[in-house]
This record gives sequence, structure tokens and C-alpha cells, in this order.
Amino acid sequence: MAVMISGRTLAQGAGCEDKMSPLYINEVSCCYLSEEDYRALGLSDGMNLLLTSPHGSAVLRAGVDRGLPQGMVFIPMGPWANMLTGTDTKGCGMPGFKGVEVEVTPTDEKVLDIRELMLRGR
Amino acid sequence: MRLQIEDVLCTFCGCLCDDIKVEVNEGRIERVRGACRLGSSKIMGHNRIKSPMIRVNGTLKETSYEDAYRKAAEILVSAKHPLLYGWASTTCEALKKGIILAEEIGGVVDTTATVCHGPSIIGIEEKGLVGSTLGQIKNRADLIVFWGCNPSEAHPRHTLRYSSNASGRFIPEGRKDRKVLVIDVRETRTARNADRFLRIQPGTDYEIISALRMIIGGKAESLPEDVAGVSKKELIEIAEMMKSAKFGAIFFGLGLTHSRGRYKNVDNALSLVSELNSHTKFVIMAMRGHYNVTGAGQVLAWSSGYPMAVDYARGAPYYNPGETSCCDLLSRRDVDAALIIASDPASNLPRGCVEALAEMPVIQIDPFENPTTLFADVVIPSAIAGIEVEGTAYRMDGLSLRLRKLVDAEYPGDVEILQAILDNVRRLRDDN
Repeated sequence: MAVMISGRTLAQGAGCEDKMSPLYINEVSCCYLSEEDYRALGLSDGMNLLLTSPHGSAVLRAGVDRGLPQGMVFIPMGPWANMLTGTDTKGCGMPGFKGVEVEVTPTDEKVLDIRELMLRGR
Repeated sequence: MRLQIEDVLCTFCGCLCDDIKVEVNEGRIERVRGACRLGSSKIMGHNRIKSPMIRVNGTLKETSYEDAYRKAAEILVSAKHPLLYGWASTTCEALKKGIILAEEIGGVVDTTATVCHGPSIIGIEEKGLVGSTLGQIKNRADLIVFWGCNPSEAHPRHTLRYSSNASGRFIPEGRKDRKVLVIDVRETRTARNADRFLRIQPGTDYEIISALRMIIGGKAESLPEDVAGVSKKELIEIAEMMKSAKFGAIFFGLGLTHSRGRYKNVDNALSLVSELNSHTKFVIMAMRGHYNVTGAGQVLAWSSGYPMAVDYARGAPYYNPGETSCCDLLSRRDVDAALIIASDPASNLPRGCVEALAEMPVIQIDPFENPTTLFADVVIPSAIAGIEVEGTAYRMDGLSLRLRKLVDAEYPGDVEILQAILDNVRRLRDDN
């Protein structure tokens, strides 16, 4: 179990108004972990993760962010992070984009294309 | 003809940097100087939506602007409770037109603030704000606190122009004359450049702020030795750092508004700053994301009395975040059509809200294709404000600035599009 935080990154911002571009899609479909968690899960380049929260699930690429503590994952804000986010706004209009509890497991499943992801289940 | 245009405003983030140089040749932008990576990317341009489109049997088909305006009006007139959402990346003039449209169709106007700094606005309504302009901070602040924000990635020129690294009237040496404190749950690029980084646990901002308030209020002896994983000793050092500043400034980001506590975190931080003013001069400011999200709140506030999530269904403005805000309306299925302008809710809202949006007729007004286009029934491409049309926008500190036109547009501006939809709405009403 880990805590998921979503937020802005430079590449996410640079692709923000060109969201169908590979730059944006690659950036927002990546899940960053601490070096310790990355090693503990036996991950290496090109491996993917299945993230599951009480609100949904998604497959993302795995990356390392040395600024993260153990037990925390970071996903650049976008459609992938939002697969895991609930709609409850606690009465103030704002969903909980940070602090979502997620299960993180390595997977052989592929990361969906943005069209496949958005239209999944439709 | 080659032109160099100086002092161009960048329409990406709330910094609204106004010192960009743009080279234009034969009506096309060829080079951008002085902007950050985010701003350059926007000003240089991307793939545009080429033509208006209407969805027919599940597929978007190109059509004329007139047909798109008519179809959009039909959707809005047929809806019982339409949502008009976005507005943060367009001009104040566009939102003024959108409010008239919402009044006539009994819709809800909400801005992207409700999933950004909306809780900050609620906190400010409750508590009041000790604020300032960015210029005052640049010229006077000797302590900069970044709390739950990461300007190195979200507002790349903020530190150089206005905050930690800027030279100012009373801060001639810039970074050398300032202390920088970062409070965050992870060590961001901003944290790596700080004099001091306080790492806190996710969702504990409220406790940390409360502890600092107790120390500053002279009640340190009542605190436990450990507050949400941070030692009392460290909190006392942070409080001393704040009290000993001549002019302190807290910039706060979505680390406060997206986390447990939401607007109460902001409310508490505003109280902390208010109390710090018993000891020294301290100000606080929200790091607004989209270039005109501040202006969208201003226009709604002066038009309706409320800064976001304004419902016109009752014939008079009604506001209740948690009820009339975009996420709540969608997740409760309380709206039955949506006009989306200058925003991309399909990417930026929780999945449950996106599924609700996909079930209803959607009109999209935007220069660029994005995931919302995948669900849109009417797509209307628009000119880019600050590049192809002029208008007004508000910087994150509430300063209003005039956006310039740099090149001619092949597309109508948002004001023109909204006026045309409004004309069609009135025509349909007259026919009935």
C-alpha cells in the first residue's frame, strides 16, 4: 500500500495544450517511486505497474524520483492519475487529488494509448 | 515582413510574464525569447483543430461555423440544467459573454478554480487575506516560503522574476539576501534549492500550521515533542525563522488545497500569516496555475457576487461549492449538457466525473484537440488569446493586464463564438 500524490511537472506543463502528443502522454502515464520502493518491487527499465485505488485502476510506466520518501508514489497530473481519484469533494468542490491510498504491483499489462484509456469501458 | 515584438505577455501560467520577445515573419511566429519551456511551447503553437465539427453516428464530421453555432444553441436550449465550464485560459471579456449566456439558459458557470485553488478562495472568504503584489515581494521579502508548491516545474520563471532569486529595491543581492524555506511532502526541484526543507507527512499540513501558530502565539510548552512526525525543536526553529524575517511571504500551492483539510488548510495558513503580523510583516499568496484563473474569479465575483460555481437556474445567482461545483454536479448527474471552453475536464477531473460528461451532449470551444474532444458532440476551434486576439487577464496577485494580438487569426475568438451561440439561442427562443 502506498500514498499517491499527483502534481505538475515541466514536461506535463509543456505538453498541457498538446495533450494528444507523445510528450504529454509519456509524461502523465508514468508513476514515480522512491529508489527503495523501486528496488523492493524488483523493477527495471521498461517495466510497468498496475495501480489500484478504491476508485479505479490503471497501468503506468515505472520511474524513479529520488525526492520521494518510501511509501509514496507521484504521478504527473492527468488522465492516468485521475483513474485512481474519487469524486467526493467533501462539500467544497475539490476531489482528493493527493493522498489517495493505492496498491502498487508490477505487471506485464501494457500502458494504454490515451484514446483507449479515455474510451475504456465505453 | 519580419517583426520583433517586445514586452509580450505569456498566456500560460498565473505569472503572466510580460517581458517576452517574439519574432514574427510573414504573419507566423518564428522565435520566442525570454519565456520558460511552458510558455515557449504555448506561444510557438501546436496542432490546431482545423475546422468546426459535429458528431454524426458516433464520428466527428467537419462542418461550418454557422452549423456548429446552431447545433450548440440547440443543445443548450434543450438542456434543463447546462454546465458552462472552464474559462481560466481565456479572457475576462469571454467570460463576461459566457455569463450572459448562462443567465439566459439557466446554466451553471464554473471555472477550473474549483479543482485548483477553489478551496483557497473559500478559505479567503472565511478568513481574509494579508496579501500584496508580486512587486512588493520582489522588492522587500527577505524570507520566501513555498508551501505545497513547486514553482521550478509549475511556474518556472516565478523564482527569477518575483520571489527567491529575484533582485529587488531592498534586496539588491537577490538570492543571497533572502532565505528560502520549502515545506512539502516530497523533495521537489524547488526544495533542492532551498536554505531549509521541511518534509511533512501527506495530509498533515493543518497540524503543522496549528503547531506553528501555537509557537508564534507563545504556547510552545503545550505542544507534544512530536507533531505529525515533525519534532517540536524543528518547528520552533521554523517559527523563529518566520518571526525574524523583516518581510516574509508564503506562496502556497495545491499541496494545501488537494490534501486532507482542503480549504481548512488554507484558512489555517491565512490565520498563521495574520498572527505573524503581530511580530513582523508577512504576506501570503496562492500560486495560481492558468494564466487567467484569477481573472475568471474576478469577473464572476463582480457580476454575480460569487467567485466560481455560480448557478443561474433559479433566475438569480446561487453559489454553494460542493453542490454547484463542476465535480459535484457531474458526479450527482445534476447537469444534462456541457459547454467546455478553454479547459480539458476529461483529463483533469476524476474518472467518475469524466464518465458522467461522456453521457451528455458536450460542446467544446478550444484551439487544440485534447481528450475532451473525444467526448464532444460539437467542436468549435477558436483563436488563441494573447497571440491571435487581445483581451484582459489577471496575474496571480490580482493585477489586471492587457493581452496583445501578435498575429492574425484564421479562427474566431472566444467572444465572437459565444456571441454567435447566444444569437442562435435567442433566435431559437423567438421561434418557439
